[in-house]
Amino acid sequence: MGLKEKLHDIKKKYEGKKMAPAFNALHTFLYLPNETTHGGTHIKAADDLKRTMNTVIMALVPCLIFGMFNAGYQHYLALGEIASANGFLGASFWTLDNFIVGLGQVLPLVIVSYGVGLAVEFLFAVIKGHEVEEGYLVTGMLVPLIVPVDIPLWMLSVAVIFGVVIGKEVFGGTGMNILNPALTIRAFLFFAYPTWMSGDKVWVHGAVARDKAIAAGQNLDAISGETILGSYAQNNTVAYDYWDMFWGLIPGSVGETSKFLIIIGALFLIFTKVGSWRIILSTLLGALVMGLIFNGVVDAGWIGSSSKFYGLMSVPFWQHLIIGSILFGAVYMATDPVTASQTNKGKWIYGFLIGFISIMIRVFNPAYPEGVFLAILLMNVFAPTIDHYVVQGNVKKRMKRLKVKTA
Amino acid sequence: MGLLSKKDVKLITDPLADNNPITIQVLGICSALAITAELKASLVMGIAVLFVLGIGNVVISLMRNIIPSKIRIIVQLIVVAALVIIVDQVLKAFQYELSKTLSVFVGLIITNCIIMGRFEAFALGNGPWRSFLDGIGNAVGYAVILLIVGFFRELLGSGTLFGIPVLGDPIEKTGLYAIGYENNGFMLMPPMALIVVGLIIWVQRSRNKALIED
Repeated sequence: MGLKEKLHDIKKKYEGKKMAPAFNALHTFLYLPNETTHGGTHIKAADDLKRTMNTVIMALVPCLIFGMFNAGYQHYLALGEIASANGFLGASFWTLDNFIVGLGQVLPLVIVSYGVGLAVEFLFAVIKGHEVEEGYLVTGMLVPLIVPVDIPLWMLSVAVIFGVVIGKEVFGGTGMNILNPALTIRAFLFFAYPTWMSGDKVWVHGAVARDKAIAAGQNLDAISGETILGSYAQNNTVAYDYWDMFWGLIPGSVGETSKFLIIIGALFLIFTKVGSWRIILSTLLGALVMGLIFNGVVDAGWIGSSSKFYGLMSVPFWQHLIIGSILFGAVYMATDPVTASQTNKGKWIYGFLIGFISIMIRVFNPAYPEGVFLAILLMNVFAPTIDHYVVQGNVKKRMKRLKVKTA
Repeated sequence: MGLLSKKDVKLITDPLADNNPITIQVLGICSALAITAELKASLVMGIAVLFVLGIGNVVISLMRNIIPSKIRIIVQLIVVAALVIIVDQVLKAFQYELSKTLSVFVGLIITNCIIMGRFEAFALGNGPWRSFLDGIGNAVGYAVILLIVGFFRELLGSGTLFGIPVLGDPIEKTGLYAIGYENNGFMLMPPMALIVVGLIIWVQRSRNKALIED
């Protein structure tokens, strides 16, 4: 008897029982159910929710694998054991050593993220007597990509439980949530354990442990893994050139450093029509406009080099796109179909404001060098309002047309 | 008949659970969010409201037949304000540090919806003894929620209870901190108080089907 029949038998056995949703989920996760609907009209479409989610995951896999290599690369680079890679195909980047270190750090993050998140999903499905929802598939993949590589696993578990319950389940589960669950998880981590989510230590594997060893009296050099945003915020010079930033050979959250792979993922999402190109484009536009405004302020001489904002304000506007995680946020976070605006016009407004506010937070609040997640969460809250006014505006326009015709 | 009739007992017990001013009527939320980062502040705030609401309800109830209804809000405000000033002065005299922690929120008891709500809804229409019981009940209901929220926020946010370390020393790395535990800074921020109150409401409503609204 094959696995499929076994699963089917288990499913039949537990039908109508309390644990039924859990077994149903296992079955439908691995195989397409052969039940057909009877009567009434139905829409036939190949892309259900699961297919959509799988597409996003496929777009994320390159970022994840790159993140593993990068984790090892940054670790060894900071230790001074390897030379700088000089470009995407650099010899010292794609090495087995790098991958093994990265795998050892990143794989546990993925396992904890999926394990804890799906456990919460299953628990809620059983309590509510609903089917298990697929919503966590993408969230579970996004979470390891947007945290620092050395984050303690128990913190991640606590944050995942919080994010899934408060960010999603209390609103009624997948499709009903107001906030993006992955960003809720990140926001929780950021506010609850700020020492693990910001600063110049957490972005390189081993830096925190090294600091502790030094504090314990060992004679070692400290590892510094300051992010580019951190350097700019303190008006320091940046040690990376633009190509490093573009290819992603820089310290940062696990999966957000490689702008090159994110752009490929974005093209894939746009091509498969899973991600909205309107949101991606308008987010980048918003960021560019805000960057231009800041550049203008600097050029006009309204702000001197002694100002604490000078470092970030004088960053050339286009560079804002390749530093920090604005691109990752625009492509994978802002486009979440549940929490984004639904109307086309609304998507433009929603995206533009995300980009605009992200750069504003980035520059004006040195305590939050990365404002992208805050900007997206904020606009998640406003998305339904934007939609409401877009729809109302359309209704008004049509009413007017109707009056002109009948008059 | 004893001191407390069945109805009187209900006046006290109802606000503790099924008609709690915070979790069911959702009144007095602002102060519940602002001052519950420490258990001690929660306790003092609870006692302050107990004092103001208990006495205030009796005073309003005694005056209920002579207060012209057109200016009743002003009269109520004067009564609350007088009582709150007493509380504020006592705190400043004997617990100066704590009164600085509570800052404006003692003064803001005046605008606490629970107090004005009980004056309007109960004390204006009932005798002094029943009004007193109602005031005590509601104030204790308020204080209980404050203490629950304060307990979780202080325990998870600072690792202490009433200022006494219970999870070990975060700097010396003893107790739980030795195995990598860290305080949750989010717990000390007001948004987390809202979420904790929300969780209490969630638990309460899912246990008591009578409270579920359609």
